[in-house]
Amino acid sequence: MAHGIPKGPQVAMNSKSRRGIEEPEFIRKVLIGIAVGFVGVFLLLPLANVFAQAFAKGWSAYIQSLQQPDTRSAVLLTLLVSAICVPLNLVFGVIAAWAVAKFQFRGKALLITLIDLPFSVSPVVSGLIYVVMFGAQGYLGPWLDSKDIQIIFAVPGIVLATLFVTFPFVARELIPLMEAQGSDAEQAALTLGATGWQTFRHVTLPSVKWGLLYGVILCNARAMGEFGAVSVVSGHISGVTETLPLRIEKLHQEYQSVGAFSAASLLAILALITLGLKTWLERRQAAEQALGQSDSLSSHEH
Amino acid sequence: MSIELRHVSKRFGSVSAVEDVSLTVADGELVALLGPSGGGKTTVLRMIAGLEVPTSGDLLVRGERVNDVPVQKRNIGFVFQSYALFKTMSVFDNVAFGLKIRNTPPAEMQARVDELLKLFGLDGLGRRLPHQLSGGQRQRVAIARALAPRPSVLLLDEPFGAVDAKIRQELREWLVRLHRELHVTTIFVTHDQEEAMEVSNRIVIFSRGRLEQIGSPRDVYEEPKNEFVARFIGVLNVLELTVQNGAARLNELSFPAHGVAEGETLRIGFRPYAVQISRNLQEYPHSAVIRHVYFLGVQLRLELETPSGLILRTRIVKDDFLRQGLEQGSSVSFQIREYRVLSTGANSLSPEVATVHSAANFAEGI
Repeated sequence: MAHGIPKGPQVAMNSKSRRGIEEPEFIRKVLIGIAVGFVGVFLLLPLANVFAQAFAKGWSAYIQSLQQPDTRSAVLLTLLVSAICVPLNLVFGVIAAWAVAKFQFRGKALLITLIDLPFSVSPVVSGLIYVVMFGAQGYLGPWLDSKDIQIIFAVPGIVLATLFVTFPFVARELIPLMEAQGSDAEQAALTLGATGWQTFRHVTLPSVKWGLLYGVILCNARAMGEFGAVSVVSGHISGVTETLPLRIEKLHQEYQSVGAFSAASLLAILALITLGLKTWLERRQAAEQALGQSDSLSSHEH
Repeated sequence: MSIELRHVSKRFGSVSAVEDVSLTVADGELVALLGPSGGGKTTVLRMIAGLEVPTSGDLLVRGERVNDVPVQKRNIGFVFQSYALFKTMSVFDNVAFGLKIRNTPPAEMQARVDELLKLFGLDGLGRRLPHQLSGGQRQRVAIARALAPRPSVLLLDEPFGAVDAKIRQELREWLVRLHRELHVTTIFVTHDQEEAMEVSNRIVIFSRGRLEQIGSPRDVYEEPKNEFVARFIGVLNVLELTVQNGAARLNELSFPAHGVAEGETLRIGFRPYAVQISRNLQEYPHSAVIRHVYFLGVQLRLELETPSGLILRTRIVKDDFLRQGLEQGSSVSFQIREYRVLSTGANSLSPEVATVHSAANFAEGI
């Protein structure tokens, strides 16, 4: 065998190192056991339970409960809200990341902090902000009323609250990525005659596309799943201002267990898809980053 | 294409990066901007490119002021120190980028890119991505990409900084050949004086944002305008002497004082090659011991120590060294064949233009 010769010392080293970690081996098992057990009991079990409850009365009851007009309209509203919020936050995120990563300006640190604000504020507060602004008793309420524009307890309010809550996802994902890449490639494109837009399309966008997609997926998951902020501004009007999470809550309170869990299963599926995509994207990004690193390494070596 | 800078300055906030620089680059020249890092040379290059705008002064191309012409319209090729290749594009697409932007017909674009890849020894690599290339190949892609749209001037920022010594040597020779073939006006930035001397027709030396000297490699080596240039371009021995009894003295060495008042100080500099040594202790007026031998190939650099402890550096051809039977620790006699006065007491902070003194002159003073 090829490794016949070094066998002796290797075995010696192995047994030595094994002896070195013999005690932690026990601790290792306990820690892994706790972690796996925790995830199992508090995450996997409830997830499985969602599906178990949803299908408790069979497949047809599941389909039927999803076809309730109010549930259907809740699904459509949720899709509509995220279809508005995700693109807007995508555009905003790219602009903010570009500004932060490529330019030096006063108040840059403050801007970065403010982008994070929705992460640190309770969603309920985020919702209340809009009630105070646009509600009937709010600052702009009477004016809006006179123009016959309704924001609170209507779809615009839900969109605004969701926008606020999902604000940071794309920007937060892109800023470190763009900062790490610097602006040499963009400058090179400019010297080759490209306009700003051409540079963005051909150089910047392709180099951040995975990070961007990652941010969009997280943003979308949050936009579809947001409860707190939306709950404050929605008014819970079934079939009109009820998003899927709000619908689930209402069904649950009305003891419609199959209905609630059927609707919940949709969000659970969304979560699983998000998780899958996220894992896949993380691998892609890691692979690309490894390439980038070997890039700069070897260019220094040669 | 001729380029002219007239009293150009650049400030970043309160930091002055370039101060009052004037220089002209003629059509077809190969010019090096040389200086220590932070000297302002890259900023000058970026201003020529249009990546920075001068705070004051004028930038002229073929006699026309181009300060406000955007980078896209300047028709320059710029090679970044990091190469800045488009990592998501193939080698072919990288090189074709500038042509694509100009809406070049596909057939013409294909022909131009193929021509460049061939010229740069990159044929067959067109489909690779940048990370699949070696450092030297990447650099050639970067230069090919810059040249593809036929720029009227090629600007390179530290083009050899990121490659190892052996490839660097090849790339230097290759750049000289390339320049000879394409005859495009080329300006490159370097902090390596040897590189600047070897590659360029003219060297522009910067220090702390100021232009210190412009000249051919030979000019700046043999006729440095001041101590900074003299020390930066090659090795220089510098002695600080005091004038006593009509001669500038330091320990056992003395030089003619040339109208410098008694008690004043005088700085002189001389190249290692100006120090001649001999095994024959009677041949030259001074004596020293060889303290250290640095092997440089055909030449050796020696460190001499005089009886009073002064350290002088000299160069000697290896054959000569061996023929004389010299070795580390040998006693030798030496003379300083020529030297320059770098500064005299009153203006020691602003070195005057140095004047050469021959050995005859020097012998007189002893």
